[in-house]
Amino acid sequence: MTSMLFKLLFTFSKIGLFTFGGGYAMIPLLEREVVQGNKWLSMKEFVDIIAIAEVTPGPVAVNSATYVGYRMAGVLGAAFSTIGVVLPSFVIVISLASLFLRYKDTPSVKAMSGGLRAAVTAMIASATFSTAKACLGDVQDVVILGLVLFAILKMKIHPIICIFVAALLGIALWGGMMLIPGL
Amino acid sequence: MQIGKGVSSVNIRFFWELFLSFFKIGAFTFGGGHAMVPLIQKEVVDAKGWIKAEDFIDILALAQTAPGPVAANTSVFVGYKLAGIPGAIWALLGTILPSYMVILVIAIYFVRITDSAVVNAAFSGIRPAVVALIASAAINIGRMALCDLKGVGISILAFIAIAVAGIHPIPVILGSAVLGYVFFREDETSTLSNEIDCEQQDLSKD
Repeated sequence: MTSMLFKLLFTFSKIGLFTFGGGYAMIPLLEREVVQGNKWLSMKEFVDIIAIAEVTPGPVAVNSATYVGYRMAGVLGAAFSTIGVVLPSFVIVISLASLFLRYKDTPSVKAMSGGLRAAVTAMIASATFSTAKACLGDVQDVVILGLVLFAILKMKIHPIICIFVAALLGIALWGGMMLIPGL
Repeated sequence: MQIGKGVSSVNIRFFWELFLSFFKIGAFTFGGGHAMVPLIQKEVVDAKGWIKAEDFIDILALAQTAPGPVAANTSVFVGYKLAGIPGAIWALLGTILPSYMVILVIAIYFVRITDSAVVNAAFSGIRPAVVALIASAAINIGRMALCDLKGVGISILAFIAIAVAGIHPIPVILGSAVLGYVFFREDETSTLSNEIDCEQQDLSKD
């Protein structure tokens, strides 16, 4: 049991350490470790987890770590895997943060952060395009997108409220169709 | 802000507030990393005033150069900046605890939640909303970060590198830092005045 807990901790630390960019970038690595390497899950279960991770809040990496850990060693296993997946980034971010906070007022770091800010804008813009490509299928999608954008940018409505309303709109728009047989 | 201040009874209330804020963020972050940017911004920049708007962009940049989930990294950075390592731990706990609990409940009781028609319909609505959340982050941050032609130039280059050429974000971030160093270093005084101009139009004001 103890060896299983440490194996989970170690495996998910490895996954956390080598996953850059978060979310879907880690799926191939996760598959190699969990399905092929350790054979902790079947391929079918693995696909289920990705689907569950999509409909639940939180980072995909954290969601799958919790699920696999629970499957292998109960609540304690879930805790060890979850700690494992965030541990490497915790250490690295703290080191980066302490360096940055110490030197952020020097002219060189100030100049570099000018470039960094421009890059962040580009990165989030490109995330907008890739998610739009993946999620926007029909007119309703575009209408919801436009409404939420207006609500956040112009009316300053809290994003959490927007998520709620969008979920209700989804049920109203698509939930009704599912009740009609044949559709 | 003082980093690494000891835990006193006054601080315990602050840590609890920090934990609650990130718990809220963690509970409503669907679609991973970038979708939580507007949420974190609303909470730590607008509502609590813990982080200055322009510092928030730097934090976002650094959070993406470290491995691991971007949401977790951002919370660790914000927590650390506000209250040292204990702050980082409370912020991280708050971010991951909601998903930990939800997944445990699903793993224990209903693995086949994704078969539910209502859940699927709700997520058909949430998905385009997530795209809007990410787009709003891009617009807000761009408004704040791009205050001169040099910045716009670096941003366009970085966008092409990531979205068109498919280059990994890490070399793009490092390259942009180098470009920033080259472009903004030469005339320190004008960079500083630029920054002041930029801050005046920043979104914490509107």
